[in-house]
Amino acid sequence: MKEVMEASHAVAEAVKAIEPDVIAAYPITPQTHIVERLSDFVADGEIKSEYIRVESEFAAISACLGASATGVRSYTSTSSQGLALMHEVLYITSGMRLPVCMSEVNRSLSAPINIWNDHQDSISERDTGWIQLYVETAQEAYDMTVMQFKISEDKRVLLPSMVCMDGFTLSHVYEPVDILSKEQVNSFLPKYKPVHAILDPKEPLTQGPIGFPTHYMEFRKELCDVIDNSLNVIGEVMADYSKKFPVTIKDSRPERYFHTEEYMMADADVVLVAMGSVCGTIKEVIDQLRAKGVKAGLFKIITYRPFPKEIIKKKLAGYKKVAIIEKALSPGFGGPLYGEIATALYDASSRPQLRNFIVGLGGRDVKLEHIEKIINMTLKGEGKLEEWMF
Amino acid sequence: MTVDLGRKKVGGVELTTGCVLPSDGSTQRTKTGGWRAMKPVTDHAKCTACGICWVYCPDASRFKDKDGKFDFVADFCKGCGICADVCPVKCIKMVVEEK
Repeated sequence: MKEVMEASHAVAEAVKAIEPDVIAAYPITPQTHIVERLSDFVADGEIKSEYIRVESEFAAISACLGASATGVRSYTSTSSQGLALMHEVLYITSGMRLPVCMSEVNRSLSAPINIWNDHQDSISERDTGWIQLYVETAQEAYDMTVMQFKISEDKRVLLPSMVCMDGFTLSHVYEPVDILSKEQVNSFLPKYKPVHAILDPKEPLTQGPIGFPTHYMEFRKELCDVIDNSLNVIGEVMADYSKKFPVTIKDSRPERYFHTEEYMMADADVVLVAMGSVCGTIKEVIDQLRAKGVKAGLFKIITYRPFPKEIIKKKLAGYKKVAIIEKALSPGFGGPLYGEIATALYDASSRPQLRNFIVGLGGRDVKLEHIEKIINMTLKGEGKLEEWMF
Repeated sequence: MTVDLGRKKVGGVELTTGCVLPSDGSTQRTKTGGWRAMKPVTDHAKCTACGICWVYCPDASRFKDKDGKFDFVADFCKGCGICADVCPVKCIKMVVEEK
């Protein structure tokens, strides 16, 4: 069913079809529309999920962890300070290998207080052991929400995941979205069958025990191996989804989902690397400049954790000039994505010249002019390695 | 339901998925009363057997004696003193335990 709707509402529709056993969330801008709509669905009897009204995000993620530990499907959604408040429990969720699913609506972090979009909140949680997938459009937000449950609940994965979508610039923007029927979603996503975390009085378990120095390090190694290996499962799920549900709305998503998306890269003299909704703006500028003979391309990253190092190395190694555009920051270092792309390319046979551009913090508009300037500066080698696009 | 603990070896150490362990009553076998520095001594002549200490004990370490009065479980009581604090007739005194 094709409909014009907000990305937030598209996500709520996906969660409605998935019908998690437990939804626990605390409203925070700009995530509010997702949980508001889900709360309506529950109150109106459209879904049978248990909706837990909690007093904070710390409680929301704790309730989801607890629910998941009993062996049921649980879901939450948050933004910014809410995600920061969840920080401690994020590590526990992945360490206990509980497949909790989250929609993360990207917003800046205080101070100064700011409710608008950037990626600082979720990038700050990149080391928690959660899978992170960044989306560009409302259709991608919808599709990835369905896929994330299948990825997280896969026996080979059993890890929590967050689908990260830009606050306002995506969450509150109306776009055409193709919504699947409940039957279609069910045919793709089977009922959750817990493997190791089950509440059964006949088979009592101890969950979350102490890990002494004799065992802790091996558990962390196991977590690293599992999230590394999840790259294959994510790829499988993306391929399966793309095959089962082909594109119906032009340019609303990649034809075949993959960890990365390439746009006009084949003959490009300069490649921009980015994540999220800014990719739409970048594609627009690339189209305009191509008409003038400037050969620019885009390399979009969807799967950020696990970081697809080998794929990035293979796809970017041949280019001469690459600009990493990001809405996040590691004060005292620079752009985190830049650092990671540079690491992935370090032992490539031919390394491109890299540039780092910080854009759109705290909801600052990323305009067509900004992207055009970035392309020109990168082509001409103007400016410093790290530039801020105010 | 059958639980699959996913036992495997990593670096020579046996692990389970998410550190899940079968629960075999180890909590009852592992005596923790040794952590105690003070013990609650109950004056059974004054105790009215109201059971408020039993309700408040955070470690389920109060029990009803043969005479119907309450006392502490030596194997698990940590000596926190909550029972002495909540007792309405003040019949519980915390005293230093000599070991």
